[in-house]
Amino acid sequence: MKKEVSNLLVTKNIALNHDNFLIELKADSPVEQILPGQFVNVKVEKSPNTFLRRPFSVHDTYPVTNSLSILVKAIGDGTKALSAIKEGQYLDVVFPLGNGFKMPSKGETVLLIGGGVGIAPMMHLARISKEIGADVHILLGARTLNDHILIEEFKRYGKVHLTTDDGSLGKKGFVTDHPVMDGEIRFSRYQCCGPDPMMQAVARKAKQNETECEVSLENMMACGFGVCLCCVTKTHEGNKCVCTEGPVFNINDLEWQI
Amino acid sequence: MADLRVKIDKLELKNPVMTASGTFGNGVEFDDFFNVDKLGGIILKGTTLNHREGNDYPRMAETPSGMLNAVGLQNKGVDYFCDHIYPKVEKYDTNVIVNVNGSTIEEYIALTERINELQRIDAIELNISCPNVKQGGMAFGTSCPMAEQVTKEVRKVYDKTLIVKLSPNVTNIAEIARGVESQGADAVSLVNTFLGMAIDAETRKPMLSTVTGGLSGPAIKPIALRMVWQVAQAVKIPVIGIGGIMDATDAIEFILAGASAVQVGTANFVEPNTTINIIEGLDVYLEKHNYNNINNLIGGLQL
Ligand SMILES: Cc1cc2nc3c(=O)[nH]c(=O)nc-3n(C[C@H](O)[C@H](O)[C@H](O)COP(=O)(O)OP(=O)(O)OC[C@H]3O[C@@H](n4cnc5c(N)ncnc54)[C@H](O)[C@@H]3O)c2cc1C
Ligand SMILES: Cc1cc2nc3c(=O)[nH]c(=O)nc-3n(C[C@H](O)[C@H](O)[C@H](O)COP(=O)(O)O)c2cc1C
Ligand code: FES
Repeated sequence: MKKEVSNLLVTKNIALNHDNFLIELKADSPVEQILPGQFVNVKVEKSPNTFLRRPFSVHDTYPVTNSLSILVKAIGDGTKALSAIKEGQYLDVVFPLGNGFKMPSKGETVLLIGGGVGIAPMMHLARISKEIGADVHILLGARTLNDHILIEEFKRYGKVHLTTDDGSLGKKGFVTDHPVMDGEIRFSRYQCCGPDPMMQAVARKAKQNETECEVSLENMMACGFGVCLCCVTKTHEGNKCVCTEGPVFNINDLEWQI
Repeated sequence: MADLRVKIDKLELKNPVMTASGTFGNGVEFDDFFNVDKLGGIILKGTTLNHREGNDYPRMAETPSGMLNAVGLQNKGVDYFCDHIYPKVEKYDTNVIVNVNGSTIEEYIALTERINELQRIDAIELNISCPNVKQGGMAFGTSCPMAEQVTKEVRKVYDKTLIVKLSPNVTNIAEIARGVESQGADAVSLVNTFLGMAIDAETRKPMLSTVTGGLSGPAIKPIALRMVWQVAQAVKIPVIGIGGIMDATDAIEFILAGASAVQVGTANFVEPNTTINIIEGLDVYLEKHNYNNINNLIGGLQL
């Protein structure tokens, strides 16, 4: 799909908890063409300190209304201003950007792993993977019970496993402490998005369990479409741009010390 | 429709709007957004003789009304450029200019000779002002004798339009401009980025892997404008204005200060269509102020 700069109508902005917001946008071009794992780059208005656009994963697409959504965690000026946007306003968005996750074949068993706001791209991936006929498992990690969001929505597309750092919901510990990752179930692939240390821990597990593993990186970006060369990560073939050659990478291509 | 055509030495530009090196990739990244042929010219990503990996991540930090970068001239070298990039940019019906970088005079010469063989490359922009490389780069642009010497040597091997890109990290930019003019530069472009720095107070660490980097964006515009004005007073060759240009009004300010053309940099990241919007805005401005030719506006500052 060609990338475009568009003003998209905000059709919903739902506060899921104190700092996570689900923003739905109406698109003009067909959203079916957006791949799970791709992202959008949003211009933030009314935030004087926010000069560059802010990248967000596509959370899901809704072909019936031709909409897409993003899940925004308010952590700084830009995301806080964005979380205050109202239905009926417009967002200036460059999309779709980057490459998607590998799609499963029918009958494959896959484990999608999301930590914190890294769960964002997993809804789209889970839905499409289920539509293809994969056996989808979803492992979600958060700090506490109150930080867990969208569990019921994820349950529509697969078997959900949960962890919290403090044990207030699901298994206590990090996602890698969950039994679903102990190697009993043979997954065709782990597909993961979250903080870097978490993705590296998942990558280590993947190596131990000899399981293919994709991670979605969130490097700092200036342009989002491959012209500034600011967002690079080291790969076996030299520096690659996360925005155009990622954000999804197979861990075997990365120079991670795992 | 006013006449927006301008000339930079032998180059004929459809309009004075070009793109700044390192902010427009090789042009093809913008094909989805608009027809690149509409621009006055494009300056491609900085090229070196040999492959360069550039600096480590993080290479970027957002700062008030701008950003710092420390990319460090990541590029695959001139062989790759000739084999893989040149065939893609040959198609453009606009001036295609290569940004030439070296760490020694010999490297600048060798690279220029290779680029000289490429028929569709209309000019080179000699970058003597990159703040993000350890050797060469800005060293050439901050010393008048060195700036003159590299210009002189490159001039000997290049007969198409030679633009020299100046560093703002100097006490007297007009003096450097006069120096490169005296050695045969056909035009000067300014400014490159300002050496700057950002610190994360929480982690007590620098925000860039290289500690210092180059500042660009609207934050630098007033200084860039002042420098363009000073240089335009000092030289007879055309001046290309660069620094924080976000819209047509910014571009007009540079033209009034004496720039014959402008380059748009960081704005391309924030709004990929900036250059096209500026071209439309220039036309609107000229109509409104009853100018039928943009050349009548160059250096038209009312003192
Ligand atoms: C491809 C991609 C997809 C992303 N998807 C999502 C998503 O779906 N939902 C979501 O909420 N966020 C996502 N992010 C992260 C999001 O872009 C940042 O949180 C946002 O840019 C912060 O902007 P701000 O102005 O609120 O924070 P700032 O004021 O700029 O920064 C606040 C703090 O956040 C840190 N920070 C800023 N940018 C990033 C980043 N890219 N990665 C990690 N830390 C950062 C800063 O270092 C600082 O400590 C994604 C990032 C990328 C690159
Ligand atoms: C990410 C980035 C990369 C750059 N790379 C180059 C380069 O390779 N060669 C060069 O001459 N200038 C380079 N520049 C400098 C720009 O061409 C321009 O001179 C500067 O950014 C000021 O203009 P602006 O404020 O419009 O961005 C780069 C700037 C940025 C932000
Ligand atoms: S963000 Fe500019 S190249 Fe990736």
